Amino acid sequence: MTGKPINNRAWLFVLPVLAFVLFSSIIPVMTVVNYSIQDTMGANNFFWNGDGWFRDLLNPSTAIGARFDDALFRTLAFSLVCLMIEVPLGIAIALCIPRRGWLVGLTLVVMALPMLIPWNVVGTIWQIFTRADIGLFGAALTGLGLHYNVTQDPISAWITIVVIDVWHWTPLVILLSYAGLRAIPDAFYQAAQIDGASRWAIFFNIELPKLQKVLVIAVLLRFMQTFMIYTEPFVVTGGGPGSATTFLSIDLVKIALGQVDLGNAAAMSLVYYLITLTVCWIFFTIMTQLERRRDA
Amino acid sequence: MARITLDGIAHAYGGKPRSEQDYALKPLHHVWEQGMAYALLGPSGCGKTTLLNIISGLVIPSEGRLLFDDIDVTRLPTKERNIAQVFQFPVIYDTMTVAENLAFPLKNRRLPRAAIERRVTEIAAMLDLTGVLNRRARGLTADAKQKISLGRGLVRSDVSAVLFDEPLTVIDPALKWELRSKLKAVHRALDLLMIYVTHDQIEALTFADKVVVMNDGKAVQIGTPDDLFERPEHTFVGYFIGSPGMNLMAAKVSGSRALVDGVELQLSAVYPDPPKGQRVQIGVRPDYTELSSMAGAPVQVRRVADLGRKRLAYVTLGGQQIVATIPPEMSSIGDQAKVVFDPAHTHVYVDDIRVTGAAA
Amino acid sequence: MTFVLENISLSVGQETVIDDVSLTLDQGSMSVLLGPTLSGKTTLMRLMAGLDRPTTGRLIEGGVDVTNVAVRRRSVAMVYQQFVNYPSLTVYENIASPLRVAGVGRAEIETRVMEAARLLRLDNLLQRLPTQLSGGQQQRTAIARALVKRAKLVLLDEPLANLDYKLREELREELPRIFAETGAVLVYATTEPTEALLLGGTTITLHEGRVSQVGPTARVYRRPENIEAARVFSDPPLNELVIEKRGPLVTSESGRNLPLVGALTRLPDGVYRLGFRADAVAIGDGKSQGFNFPGEVKVTELSGSESFVHVDVGVGVWVCLAPGVHEWQPGAQVEARVDANRVFVFDSSGGLATTPFIAQTA
Repeated sequence: MTGKPINNRAWLFVLPVLAFVLFSSIIPVMTVVNYSIQDTMGANNFFWNGDGWFRDLLNPSTAIGARFDDALFRTLAFSLVCLMIEVPLGIAIALCIPRRGWLVGLTLVVMALPMLIPWNVVGTIWQIFTRADIGLFGAALTGLGLHYNVTQDPISAWITIVVIDVWHWTPLVILLSYAGLRAIPDAFYQAAQIDGASRWAIFFNIELPKLQKVLVIAVLLRFMQTFMIYTEPFVVTGGGPGSATTFLSIDLVKIALGQVDLGNAAAMSLVYYLITLTVCWIFFTIMTQLERRRDA
Repeated sequence: MARITLDGIAHAYGGKPRSEQDYALKPLHHVWEQGMAYALLGPSGCGKTTLLNIISGLVIPSEGRLLFDDIDVTRLPTKERNIAQVFQFPVIYDTMTVAENLAFPLKNRRLPRAAIERRVTEIAAMLDLTGVLNRRARGLTADAKQKISLGRGLVRSDVSAVLFDEPLTVIDPALKWELRSKLKAVHRALDLLMIYVTHDQIEALTFADKVVVMNDGKAVQIGTPDDLFERPEHTFVGYFIGSPGMNLMAAKVSGSRALVDGVELQLSAVYPDPPKGQRVQIGVRPDYTELSSMAGAPVQVRRVADLGRKRLAYVTLGGQQIVATIPPEMSSIGDQAKVVFDPAHTHVYVDDIRVTGAAA
Repeated sequence: MTFVLENISLSVGQETVIDDVSLTLDQGSMSVLLGPTLSGKTTLMRLMAGLDRPTTGRLIEGGVDVTNVAVRRRSVAMVYQQFVNYPSLTVYENIASPLRVAGVGRAEIETRVMEAARLLRLDNLLQRLPTQLSGGQQQRTAIARALVKRAKLVLLDEPLANLDYKLREELREELPRIFAETGAVLVYATTEPTEALLLGGTTITLHEGRVSQVGPTARVYRRPENIEAARVFSDPPLNELVIEKRGPLVTSESGRNLPLVGALTRLPDGVYRLGFRADAVAIGDGKSQGFNFPGEVKVTELSGSESFVHVDVGVGVWVCLAPGVHEWQPGAQVEARVDANRVFVFDSSGGLATTPFIAQTA
């Protein structure tokens, strides 16, 4: 829009927000940047290190580099697995929810419940749930004869964390997809009926194309959240067994607070942050390209 | 299929109708002949879209039977009815090219590829879409998209009826003419039964061989454009058809004369005296109501509108407001004028229904 | 209070959307903005309202420069094509909303709302919600809301386009009357020439963001000054023919020789584009003071008392008007006879070269 009459008083409203963001986000980030380019043992002794931490971090042959690589790989793998399960599952469930009627409201509310639970409570719920002795899930699986042990078996641990995330966040994909589906005018379904299209054909030719934008948002949100996951693995597995579920964020905290290795931790935080930012930017570009192509 | 029969079709949304008011579509009997073009014309809420949806199968009527060629299809799903429908806004498959869009219904019916290609080329030529066959359907203009929607309906050779639900609504006015001509040309080329729903009388009169004028769930008159214009059977038809609509004046009728607010008009037939308590009106279209500089009923001129091709005068006769055409020779019109009604086109309506008189 | 647009232009990025528009709108006048879709009508109205700021140019209201005044402080009301009403407020509240915002007293609000409701025949619908109203009633509510503001500038952006044909006819007649009493400057945007003719007043024809002609409606209709104004003001579309005149010889673009009659007699040599409306072409035995072109009927369109015959004459498809209801069958061979006295001649730059048609102002 060009030339809307400018009202400079609007800036006064934004100032408090800017101040708050400055205080709670930008200044702390600057502190981290400061730590990442210096060497300190605390106690306000700073020695210049330049890009030393970064070079160590990104060099897989160093100890820290290898550790970073592993954690990064683990996190990416986790994100991918979750996405591959949550997105198709979410769409599939959304397709099953009726378009009209009283059942719709009820279904959506029940569906949304997992999202409303505080994340560490989610962790605690599942921690108990997966115990072989008193947890329903754990007991059922062991009862079926499966070898399931969250604290000792890496595969069990992985599966558990993935299941927790799917249980917790698929409703988001469901709600987004459902909204996208509801936006499709009835006439399209009627025309498809008249054209004799099968259910699959309707899905691929009408529903999926019209869900494009919604799906980009859903994938972006889910990727970011799984990439930055912390609470659930921390509560349920503590990052173990061994380092099986030590994702980037957990590793970072271990290094920063556990080993008080501030330089490396700071560098790692920044790299972590930049990766997330880049992915966001890629998705954003995809979304605007889609918009532009649509309007063409 | 040779024809579609409506046998007592009626519909009330929400099931059990308790009075006539609850019906969206009041009981209707009609036979639609093959190869003819029909228009369902009426204001919003008159039931025309409901009727169209019953024929296409999107709505199952609460009463009555629908027969395609004597086969009861009232409950048959849309897929199996061999009809095609064009909607108010273009419905196309975004991901496909124009050619793929047109081929889609045939692919779903598993026709051989050569037959599909042949048919698509044929229909594309008929609708002037040959040039854009390989372009993505998504990027085209609204009228091209509507043509694709139509093409998808026509491409199946087993289609026996095409239904249109106000298809020119989103088309740019400058292009509406082209699309209207195209629809007519298609109708002539393929001998299909076409049913066209609209609230625009020009579309209806242009397109259809016969027009069903609907109001408030009822079919008020079914006739050719000429019938509806020259002999409206109901005051609603007189009002709805023609721009502006028919002049309706409360009057007292006796024999071959009518008295409108003290002014005497000549009628072309002899009418019996209507029973007391019934509403009697005289209806004359503005096209047959002319301003005259000589004899005629005295009127006061409220406003003159210049429409280029013709000029209209909004006048008051006694206490009633009517519209008259101004003959081209008349150059200046003052506040007072005289109006002449053509007796051959003056109709008598008792309680909104036209009454025919005996020959004078 | 006169409203003046002085050299208004609007550019979006590299594109010039509105190009150097200057208009003077008198108090109590009705101006029709006539143009095809995307010609800039809505954009121009938004500039007039103050919703957008022009890139160059000034807006002057009653002698005061209001170019930089925010729309909130302007005396303007706008009615849109999509009936815009507050869905959770009753009709009464909807109409009263601008007055409540302006802090008008309760008694005054009551008077003004009832007056507007009466004028727009909404008296017995005041307690309903917009969702319980028909399209026509919703639009009348929006119009009442604009009316009650007693704004000095009222902008109507194709307000009747989404209504039924008949409803459009009725409201079209009422609108000028309703707003005439307020003495406001009325600007009505439309794509339909018939609507412009019925509304009267002044017509401003727009083409691609530029004003092609301004003048009393009937005059613009009878004397379009350029081909764009002629095209935009013709429904059915303008029939066109390119000819070349060399001395006494006139040839059409297809090579046919045409008689030197009517408007063409007084032209200097050159290439011209002729424009003529449907009522200037007759089928078969017409008043033959012009050109006869053989052609094939493509379709006949009926509109109550008139027939529009589309004839393919080789150089294009012409629309001819025939009185009464005659249906020529597609494929029939007919002759299209153009009345040379009712032809507009445009030179190569698109301006009007000459017309023998004496403008009759009613």
